[in-house]
Amino acid sequence: MYVQHLMGLSGLLAAGLFIFGLKRMSSPVTALSGIVVAGVGMVAAVAASFLVVFDLMHAGNDRLGVNVALALVALAVGAGWAWWKGGKVAMTAMPQMVALYNGMGGGAAASIAAVALSGDAGGSPLILGVTVIGALIGSVSLTGSVIAWAKLDGKINHPWRFGGQRIVNGVIFAATALLGVGVVIFHGVPSGLSLAILFFFGALVFGVMMTLPIGGADMPVVISLYNAFTGLAVGLEGFALQNPALMIAGMVVGSAGTLLTALMAKAMNRSLSNVLFSNFGDLSGAGAADVKGEMKSADASDAAINMRYASSVIIIPGYGLAVAQAQQKLYEFVKLLQAAGVDVKFAIHPVAGRMPGHMNVLLAEAGVPYDIIFDMDDINADFVNTDVALVIGANDVVNPSARTDKSSPIYGMPILNADQAHQVYVIKRGQGKGYSGVENTLFYRQNCSMVYGDAQAVLTQMVQSVKDLGA
Amino acid sequence: MIIDSSMTWLIALYIFMLAAFTGYEVISRVPSILHTPLMSGSNFIHGIVVVGALHALLTATGLFGQVVGFLGVALGAANAAGGYVVTDRMLAMFKTSDRKGG
Repeated sequence: MYVQHLMGLSGLLAAGLFIFGLKRMSSPVTALSGIVVAGVGMVAAVAASFLVVFDLMHAGNDRLGVNVALALVALAVGAGWAWWKGGKVAMTAMPQMVALYNGMGGGAAASIAAVALSGDAGGSPLILGVTVIGALIGSVSLTGSVIAWAKLDGKINHPWRFGGQRIVNGVIFAATALLGVGVVIFHGVPSGLSLAILFFFGALVFGVMMTLPIGGADMPVVISLYNAFTGLAVGLEGFALQNPALMIAGMVVGSAGTLLTALMAKAMNRSLSNVLFSNFGDLSGAGAADVKGEMKSADASDAAINMRYASSVIIIPGYGLAVAQAQQKLYEFVKLLQAAGVDVKFAIHPVAGRMPGHMNVLLAEAGVPYDIIFDMDDINADFVNTDVALVIGANDVVNPSARTDKSSPIYGMPILNADQAHQVYVIKRGQGKGYSGVENTLFYRQNCSMVYGDAQAVLTQMVQSVKDLGA
Repeated sequence: MIIDSSMTWLIALYIFMLAAFTGYEVISRVPSILHTPLMSGSNFIHGIVVVGALHALLTATGLFGQVVGFLGVALGAANAAGGYVVTDRMLAMFKTSDRKGG
């Protein structure tokens, strides 16, 4: 009995520390301590779960010794692998790593359900129903996250689409849901077990089918959604196990993840159903209005010297910067400008990088202090009074058509007002379009010049030109 | 069962409701510069699923329970450990101009 109280209290402690930790993550100053606090809660909860052994010893389970050994091995293998992998993954690959870890959590929730459903211990239909729903969500999160990981990691390069796909997916989902109902009704009957196997198979297949047609650019939203899914699955399995810590942690993540997903979809000017059910990226050329004027190109050193003698510069980095591995070089350039007395700021669009906040992480890795990095809403009014806006590896997020051209697919998407700066330089590999396939009218403006080339090479040249001036 | 008296569905709904509001409130105040570490931080928190998987494995009475339970614990442990280490790595990089090094 004492054992159960101790385990219950450790769960309470863990849930409290999780929420407190999450709260501390709301500011960059305390964020690091936030994850440590939550980590302490996790260790306490995991250690306390072994206390159940004392209860089971009295009950006399002859597999107990083996189970404890298995548990220790599984913990070491899972945690060891993830710790090693997570310690060396590149910051650019962070979104797919999070997807993979998230899928594993979904898989763990589905495993709990599988064990519960395989036993003949009869639960109430309510418990069984919740277990089955959690199993469905967890399984979808598992295979869906693996597909998302494969897409972001470049293992699957093209969305897989065919006619009537939505109908096929609908049928798979309906069949899986029906099997789930069957699992609840026929629990404990021998034939119920084969229903359960079919049910899990259907749920896993549905996760794959649901994710395959979604384009790579939408994957961040999808990962965030699956993160919320796993949270929900964990919360539901927590109810099935009568464990409040799992219920609270799972549901907190479920709702936080849903909010985060909605914020991301909003920043991309898409609704969630639009991301999941419409095949974005197929409408290439649609609404591409004819653009007047022509693009001007500028020399990297001319641009650099202009910025050196400007009084204010705002830099707009996009994922192209990270692809070129040029963050370090960029910060070197920024430090030169700062030494020359130029006021330099970074402007981050909500969807810069591959998920919200990803660009901040990439800049932080290069050593850029976060107090010169600004969100779109905080800096958009400053462009009018800024001498130079430098756009690197970003495209759609500075396209003024989003404000005015109703026929444009990105119409209505909030953008950074780079076009309002006195002078705009765009570092770009070639004349290609952004992922939306829309022509960028900014590039044709009077005050805009293109600096063509690989970001790393261009920035190296810029650094050299400023140094050559002899500060 | 982990707690000594089983909870009613109504109490469960209360817990779910309060937890959902808590998650919403805590996250809605986080600045967007922290959204990526936050997503991985919340990913870490649902790694608590490993506790449920441990319960399933430790109380297993058959081979199926042992095999699937083992899988569940390994996956859950990877979720928790991986989520922790990547979140910690990302957050450790955020610095201000004033604080040198560190």
